[in-house]
Amino acid sequence: MDPECSQLLPALCSVLADPRQPVADDTCLEKLLDWFKTITETGSSLLLVQENPCLVTLLCHVLKPQDLSPRVLAFSLRLAGVLAAHEDCFQYLQQGELLPSLFGEAGPLGGAAWAAPTVRSGWIQGLRSLVRHPSSLRFLAHCGAVDTIFSLQGDSSLFVASAAGQLLVHILGLSMQGSAEGHPSLPPADWPACAQKIVGHIEESLRSAATPQIAQALNVLTTTFGHCHDPWTQVLWVRLSPLVACLLEKDPVPAAHSLVDLLLSVARSPVLSSSSCGLWETLAQTLSRLSPTQAGPLALGILKLQECPQALRAQAFAVLLQPLACVLEATAPVIGLPSSPDGTAGASLTADSLLPSRAACVGLLCRTLAHLELLQPLPQRPSPWPQAPLLGAAVTVLRLCDGSATPTSDAGRHLCAFLVGCVRVQRAALDFLGTLSQGAGPRELVTQVFAVLLEYLTSPDSSPTVLKKAFQATFRWLQSSPEPLGGGDLEPHAQLFLRELLPVLPKRLCSPCWEVRDSSLEFLTQMTRRWGGQASFRRVLLASEVPELTEQLLRDPESYVRASAVSAMGQLSSQGLCVTPASPEHPEAQQKSLLAELLHILSTDSEGFPRRAVMQVFTQWLRDSHTDVVANTERFVARVLQVASRDLDWEVRSQGLELALVFLEQTLGQPSSHCPYAVTPPTVAPLSPVAQALRPLCRVQLFEFAFRALFDCDRPVAQKSCDLLLFLRARTASYGGLEDSGGGPDAASVEAALQRWQSGDQGQPLGELEPKAVVAVLRSLDLEGLRGALAESSDRMGKSPRSLLQDVLATAGILGENEADCY
Amino acid sequence: MLDCGLDMTSTLHFLPLPLVQSPRLSNLPGWSLKDGNAFLDKELKECSGHVFVDSVPEFCLPETELIDLSTVDVILISNYHCMMALPYITEHTGFTGTVYATEPTVQIGRLLMEELVNFIERVPKAQSASLWKNKDIQRLLPSPLKDTVEVSTWRRCYTMQEVNSALSKIQLVGYSQKIELFGAVQVTPLSSGYALGSSNWIIQSHYEKVSYVSGSSLLTTHPQPMDQASLKNSDVLVLTGLTQIPTANPDGMVGEFCSNLALTVRNGGNVLVPCYPSGVIYDLLECLYQYIDSAGLSNIPFYFISPVANSSLEFSQIFAEWLCHNKQTKVYLPEPPFPHAELIQTNKLKHYPSLHGDFSSDFRQPCVVFTGHPSLRFGDVVHFMELWGKSSLNTVIFTEPDFSYLEALAPYQPLAMKCIYCPIDTRLNFIQVSKLLKEVQPLHVVCPEQYTQPPPAQSHRMDLMIDCQPPAMSYRRAEVLALPFKRRYEKIEIMPELADSLVPMEIKPGISLATVSAVLHTKDNKHVLQPPPRPIQPAGGKKRKRASDDIPDCKVLKPLLSGSIPVEQFVQALEKHGFSDVKVEDTAKGHIVLLQEAETLIQIEEDSTHIICDNDEMLRVRLRDLVLKFLQKF
Repeated sequence: MDPECSQLLPALCSVLADPRQPVADDTCLEKLLDWFKTITETGSSLLLVQENPCLVTLLCHVLKPQDLSPRVLAFSLRLAGVLAAHEDCFQYLQQGELLPSLFGEAGPLGGAAWAAPTVRSGWIQGLRSLVRHPSSLRFLAHCGAVDTIFSLQGDSSLFVASAAGQLLVHILGLSMQGSAEGHPSLPPADWPACAQKIVGHIEESLRSAATPQIAQALNVLTTTFGHCHDPWTQVLWVRLSPLVACLLEKDPVPAAHSLVDLLLSVARSPVLSSSSCGLWETLAQTLSRLSPTQAGPLALGILKLQECPQALRAQAFAVLLQPLACVLEATAPVIGLPSSPDGTAGASLTADSLLPSRAACVGLLCRTLAHLELLQPLPQRPSPWPQAPLLGAAVTVLRLCDGSATPTSDAGRHLCAFLVGCVRVQRAALDFLGTLSQGAGPRELVTQVFAVLLEYLTSPDSSPTVLKKAFQATFRWLQSSPEPLGGGDLEPHAQLFLRELLPVLPKRLCSPCWEVRDSSLEFLTQMTRRWGGQASFRRVLLASEVPELTEQLLRDPESYVRASAVSAMGQLSSQGLCVTPASPEHPEAQQKSLLAELLHILSTDSEGFPRRAVMQVFTQWLRDSHTDVVANTERFVARVLQVASRDLDWEVRSQGLELALVFLEQTLGQPSSHCPYAVTPPTVAPLSPVAQALRPLCRVQLFEFAFRALFDCDRPVAQKSCDLLLFLRARTASYGGLEDSGGGPDAASVEAALQRWQSGDQGQPLGELEPKAVVAVLRSLDLEGLRGALAESSDRMGKSPRSLLQDVLATAGILGENEADCY
Repeated sequence: MLDCGLDMTSTLHFLPLPLVQSPRLSNLPGWSLKDGNAFLDKELKECSGHVFVDSVPEFCLPETELIDLSTVDVILISNYHCMMALPYITEHTGFTGTVYATEPTVQIGRLLMEELVNFIERVPKAQSASLWKNKDIQRLLPSPLKDTVEVSTWRRCYTMQEVNSALSKIQLVGYSQKIELFGAVQVTPLSSGYALGSSNWIIQSHYEKVSYVSGSSLLTTHPQPMDQASLKNSDVLVLTGLTQIPTANPDGMVGEFCSNLALTVRNGGNVLVPCYPSGVIYDLLECLYQYIDSAGLSNIPFYFISPVANSSLEFSQIFAEWLCHNKQTKVYLPEPPFPHAELIQTNKLKHYPSLHGDFSSDFRQPCVVFTGHPSLRFGDVVHFMELWGKSSLNTVIFTEPDFSYLEALAPYQPLAMKCIYCPIDTRLNFIQVSKLLKEVQPLHVVCPEQYTQPPPAQSHRMDLMIDCQPPAMSYRRAEVLALPFKRRYEKIEIMPELADSLVPMEIKPGISLATVSAVLHTKDNKHVLQPPPRPIQPAGGKKRKRASDDIPDCKVLKPLLSGSIPVEQFVQALEKHGFSDVKVEDTAKGHIVLLQEAETLIQIEEDSTHIICDNDEMLRVRLRDLVLKFLQKF
């Protein structure tokens, strides 16, 4: 600890110990604890306590009966734990009987302060830090803390209850660590007393009739098997698994969610050789005993396991598919699809029993679809994957949701009544359908997929979020449709679909709901990026009103829509799909070029999103050598940088640097003899290569932009500029000396100007720079130093321990000089 | 009588009434029978395979056969669409009762009637076809004319004079106002959230409550929100006026409306919106107000043409107390509650009484025209259909759900213009109904039969029917239904002076009784207990005694007894009084106490006690007094 902090510490302790002083806020106390933790982790706790007796005084003081804030009490308990984590300091504190007073019956445990959850939490966390060494285990046994922890498992505060469970796991692990080192498979009867006590408590809880107690025991075990993979855990499971199996015989199975978590945690544990533990049998039994809602997560967990018996996987998959099998059975039994996609399960369950009420039906279907969506891309997903029935099920669910399915059975009609208009299920089903695009399907089903997607995209009743998902799924399906022989274009069915889809887009682009306009534009951008070069897409798009409507949306009142329209127009223009017919309203008006329109948005739009989008489009255009850019690249870059440098949004300025970098790479990357921009004035002697290369950069005022950005008040911009200039310096370093071509400010005056900029006065421009001056300035600037300074977080001053102590004291009014804090 | 709506779908069988002579319509061929007989060709014309009556349109009236409408005392009106038949009832049936409705209902209802009368009267048609209505002839006609029922009751439109007379019979009421009807029941209008001034009605006595829910909406549109709380605890809830298009979500439809409008106009086409002059049009104008800038339609003129356009737009702004909360607060700013005021101010929305006059000089295309009538059989809309129907650039967008758009379009076929069907019906759908019923929990629901089964075309859609417990009682046309409750109690008031004289006695904790001697006075279904008249001393006998002077026989009444006799204690008391041979037998209804020596029997039952002894009055009185000791007297 530095001397300044040592000096401040006594004052801090007395502030904390004084009930009349305003208590610093929780975050300050948390930061103090973090600081103490860092000190004790890197140095000796004993030394800390000995050098700063005020800490012990504070700990003693909080024990006195007084009206101390629960926060400070909790802080003191946690501090004591942090200090006592080292055995020598623990012994030191024990000498004064301080620890029993803090954590034993005589401490806050028996007092009124115990009513505050913060204090109980502090007590647990203190012990959690403290229990690190054998002495601490003896201490626990001596002061009877374990019983208190048992009772805290059922605490009214969820945080306390959860922390109590975790502490038990920690204690169990620690006590077993010492004893089991020599004998990895020691029978439980020979385990240390502390471990035996905890295991005994768990056993008792598992035998209890009260569900909360069972859940607590299961949670402790879940954490144990999840975190500790020592051999003794296998012994523990062997001992406890009969009790766990007993839970399955109860009806209903108590604490089913916790049970599922435990079983999955055990199954994932590398030390538990599952075959010998009867785990697979237990899992199979659990799958058959739990309700479909409860069994879903277990089934998914089993299917995600790397190694697992095939029969169990099949059972789990059948459980997971049950709801969809029911949907298929209730709606389309005549189609001849198996009752479950693998044909093994679900026969006994009908839609009535599986999907009894609207809420249950919606919840179960959403979960099932989400689980299957997670499973689909995994390498260990069930094989063969029942792609076709799943596609059929997804399409049926979507049809039930929009009322277009015509079920013939009563169960199907009930399902229809439950699902019609249900946005949640629609979203889940569309997501799932999108994922299924990764696999192929029979032609007939794929046709149905496109048909149902088209229905959703056309329907006026599709909510904006559903529509967005429908667009996403459509894009994925189009993307996955096989390219016809010969390559290039879209396959004929997709082309047919596209012809039907394109008339829908104009209506969506005119929607009064901005979310709809926005997602339609995003879809258009994606489509154009992917198929903009292909004849069939171009034909259909150009025949529609989409390009004109997109252009109009550049003036949309909603900034998100304008931003998406900018991206879409940028993409359309890149692909040469921007038509600029005369407007029917103003046939006489000359259509502005898109470049001018986007520049206008960049300089005038009041919102950041459209301006950022413009910068992205421009950067892309420069990268792709867009026709409008190539016509006069320097003029383009100069104008964009000029506008971007004035922008208030740091992301726009940062994007400006990105664009500058692209220009830089294009300019410097070209061999100088081929550089189209290196105009050589005939009257002047030939310039050195570096000057030739730098001149275009000077002309577009890239340096002025970059230097300004270097001192930007937003750190990311300054960092990026620093990187750019470092790159530039590295590229110019290889060049030889520069000749002075005369004119422009010299290096000294540029440096002087930069110094003024750094001090905040950025009013004065640099003027037209010469390559020589630029290189000189680049060499003289301490860019590495600046990068180092920028790499440190901006609140590094505020985060120092001294500043923290000062803050706490200032809040208490101890430090007068900090009264006029800049905050 | 609950509501008084007019079925205007009958007009769809008639040819449109053009504002100016339409060569196309006047040159339609006459219809002749299969055998070539052309005697109906003056009355019936054929257009694109459909047959229409070439006559002044006629309307289908409410049922008049089932009951004598002159015996109807009161008509309760729910909203302005449900009063369009009022002049037929009040002016031609001998009706002498009162009509109750809210002020906006009456004012806007008047506008709708005025518009209707105006549309029909301004294009007088010489011909009035009646031959086709003959039952024997009707049988020979093609569908759908052949299948129309009760054509003989169809009537031509009423006159403005009849409208005024009918409206003069309406008594204005406000929400939650309690109106006594003949002392028998109290009726109260409640906001139904559907239209300006639209109401549901509560009809209640002291012990029974019937709610009439008609044309209600839970959506946030311009009217005051629906009052659901007051519908709770109903014995019967009569439910009608649900959405006609349960599968069309109004929000989605408004989106469709706006998108199609924008697409048409951007392509240089015109948009025609056949509509009523009040109601959904306010919401559409509000949506467009927000939408036109975003869609780049600021330069497109919006025209609203109706004889009552001006009144409708202005009326809407002055009924502040009938509007939703947001609009009400605007009034205090002060700002016009509806944004169409701003549209008018900025010249984006212009309104005209008709095509003639200023409109023709202001008319600019492409444009959007809102005009009536939604049936496309009369009104300015007929002219625009004829004018714009030939171009595929133009679009007609149907927003009113009352008419089948295909039938409405039939006499205009072949048609090149685009037709978009976006019915916007904000009334309750079946999901909202089930939520409502769960909330208000009526004991019984009564509704039209159609609501209790899925629509015939979508028999699998079980979500499109009322689902409640107990199942709703349904009715069909001309069916008489007995409502499932009986009036079992009446409330009787007691005069203060009579109440003063009562001396209640507590017979059980919390229950007191008092005997009352009074005269029950019943008038106008109100019952009052008044003190009995004092006995009048006979005045000498000179005056002749009149029947009405008869004084009720007010004998001094014996006290009333209450309580029960504890048998064991009674036996003990008997023994104390010297009856030594007491024997008790239990019977089905109570006990028999036998005094063997005295040959006396005391029969004690729940509500009676008999002492049976032969001719020993002394003994009987002694025993009676013993019995009375165990009972309370008052």
